[in-house]
Amino acid sequence: MSDYQYDNRTVNGFIVSSIFWGVVGILIGLWISVQMWAPSWNIAPFFTFGRLRVVHTNGLAFGLGVGAIFGISYYIVMRLTRRPLLYPKLARFHLYLFNAAIALAAVSLFAGMNQSLEYAELEWPLDIGVVILWVIFAVNIFGTIIKRKEEQMYVSLWYIIATVIAVAVLYIVNNLAVPAGLFKSYSVFAGVNSANVQWWYGHNAVGFVFTTPILAMFYYFLPKSTGLPIFSHRLSIVAFWSLVFAYLWTGAHHLVYTPLPDWIQTLGIVFTIFLIAPSWGSVVNGFYTVAPDWSKMRTNYLTKFFIFGITFYGLQTVQGPTQGLRVVSQLIHYTDWVPGHVHMGTMGWVTMTVAASIYYIVPKIYNTEIYSVKVANTHFYLVLVGQLIFSVTMWITGIQQGALWKAVNPDGTLKYTFMEGLAKNYPFWQMRTAAGVIFTIGMLFFIYNIFMTSRKGNALVSKGVR
Amino acid sequence: MAGEIYKKPIMFAIVSAVVILVGTAVTMFIPMMTAQMHPKLEDLKPYTAIQLAGRDIYQREGCNNCHTQTVRPLKTEVMRYGEYSKAGEFAYDYPFLWGSKRTGPDLARIGRKYPDQWHYRHFEDPQSFFAKSNMPSYGWLKDNLLDPIDIKRHMDALGFPYTDEDISLLNGKNELDALVAYMQIIGASVGRKGAVRSKVQLDAHEMENPLAGDPAAIEAGKGIYEENCAVCHGGNGGGDIGPSLVDNVFLYQEGDLEDEDYFEMIYNGTEEGNVEAGRTMKGGMPDFGEDLSKDEIWSVIAFIRSLQNK
Repeated sequence: MSDYQYDNRTVNGFIVSSIFWGVVGILIGLWISVQMWAPSWNIAPFFTFGRLRVVHTNGLAFGLGVGAIFGISYYIVMRLTRRPLLYPKLARFHLYLFNAAIALAAVSLFAGMNQSLEYAELEWPLDIGVVILWVIFAVNIFGTIIKRKEEQMYVSLWYIIATVIAVAVLYIVNNLAVPAGLFKSYSVFAGVNSANVQWWYGHNAVGFVFTTPILAMFYYFLPKSTGLPIFSHRLSIVAFWSLVFAYLWTGAHHLVYTPLPDWIQTLGIVFTIFLIAPSWGSVVNGFYTVAPDWSKMRTNYLTKFFIFGITFYGLQTVQGPTQGLRVVSQLIHYTDWVPGHVHMGTMGWVTMTVAASIYYIVPKIYNTEIYSVKVANTHFYLVLVGQLIFSVTMWITGIQQGALWKAVNPDGTLKYTFMEGLAKNYPFWQMRTAAGVIFTIGMLFFIYNIFMTSRKGNALVSKGVR
Repeated sequence: MAGEIYKKPIMFAIVSAVVILVGTAVTMFIPMMTAQMHPKLEDLKPYTAIQLAGRDIYQREGCNNCHTQTVRPLKTEVMRYGEYSKAGEFAYDYPFLWGSKRTGPDLARIGRKYPDQWHYRHFEDPQSFFAKSNMPSYGWLKDNLLDPIDIKRHMDALGFPYTDEDISLLNGKNELDALVAYMQIIGASVGRKGAVRSKVQLDAHEMENPLAGDPAAIEAGKGIYEENCAVCHGGNGGGDIGPSLVDNVFLYQEGDLEDEDYFEMIYNGTEEGNVEAGRTMKGGMPDFGEDLSKDEIWSVIAFIRSLQNK
């Protein structure tokens, strides 16, 4: 039918790599969750909470998240442009460089090379590596799109283009630093200004790593796996432009009640509330896409991943703006509520959507069927239950912490010392570890399923069936 | 037509870049050009060599993953930690270390709250102070000597002033020394106590301990003492990090103080240069006025008197 071949090996390589880094990140997540209630699990100097937490966040955001985004974006772009990548060898190099960079990043974080900027902890030599990775990605994505064989650009391509542009600006600006040796640098920004730059970055790294590229996957794979067209193209257009416009105003909601000028905080909060609209634009579009045939939730195993994923995205994008409000922020900011919020997004929305996309891609690459729908369903229910216990537990303990910090006796003195409040977290933190274990077992079912599917595919190839 | 943009990737990229970056310009780039984003308190000084070395260690160990350094202008928060954070306190923080999670307490007003000795011992064994603490031990920092050449390079990168003597003083110092030096300078450009935290001045009729000699109060005071005081003043009041309470030397002079003076010191803490009963303080004792009720403080005093056999 076509006179060309898609570069499936690179796509597959990124998928396998992202799963590998995902396992590393999740296991370290389990480890630090134990350290929260058992300090003897800290092993100085390399494996204390302060060092491991950044390996956890970076490993999952950059290893699992960005790795999957690279591979799956290549897959989507090739299909939507009806052509192979413009520079397949560059994409191959991209894969190797990506793995080298993530490995070095992990080692450097274990060693304590840390800029202390959340989600931008990597020191300057690795920052340069990340920028090179991103430029390679941008060249291949833009080059392939410009030389496309399909005139119209589908929604997913818009989101991928926005991702490439926004992440480049965010990452470069926030990492500007004066080197003081090979392993140490100081941000060029200081004090209040550096806080403003960091959370402009921090919030929008979430926006353009955990939102827009995942929406690109959602808009592509939901119709593909259900066979149902996206409900409304107009709604896609409105949601896209309003989302990418509003996102970069909102970082200051991370700095409510700090010394940052009030007007920047207020502006951030206002735009955060506005963001509910475009976020729910995609949620509504997703629900109404499946609405003509809800039986797909039963008959097509992938549909529930996407629908639950977008549901958690919907919940996330209402909870987030609520947290930005001053009256809510004063209670839950700095508590465990916030990691609870983050994990609903990452475990519920991102991981679910990425896993479903991989379930779709891998059998296609090997020209076979998924190894076991039953295993996929087990995976689904385990990660769902694990994530729910995790998030709900953290919300409860977060509200409790906030309330204990504020509690006063009738004579006006503080009711609880900090340590009394902390001790009350322990049962919840232990429950959180249990929830993490359930989630991890779910992910192992996923990995097993993918592994068996590719083995099945390889066997077909060697038998010459394909 | 507007729909044409979805067929023109370069145009699409340019338009979306503009749309994406409007918010960045308004909330980030433009404020950065104005003075409101670069405030500096008059008393604020750049970090010294050893303080910067300590701050580097704070960054390296990821302390900001569990500790914030901003007190919000909320009543209970000011009561718990001290004066709320000012924009001008952070002008030499490259970058800011406000953090986003309080697994441990806020540290914005930790400077000068406790004596150095308190920090050394707490870093080495946090659980000996707070049995249920989940903080890892950092005693191993003692085994790492500072590298003066490296720290000099860091001071140069930031353009902070130093003398050759400052650098040579780093010889033989270890990483824990540096971290404690940093702890003690955090928030130092602002007084620890805020407007909400009023210093107690007792009325004439309150000057005597209403609970003196009351066995129930002594028993209650013992529990409060063990939880809050014993770690510095010793289980039997014999002193350790803090001075002895049973040797008849108070505020560096022979001779006991009145109950009223005890009360004011427990309530307010001690601050260097302040005067109580004609004696000048050197500081180092934290204030308990926001944590303990008046009755609790009087109970502790009743217990201390029982230790002194008075």
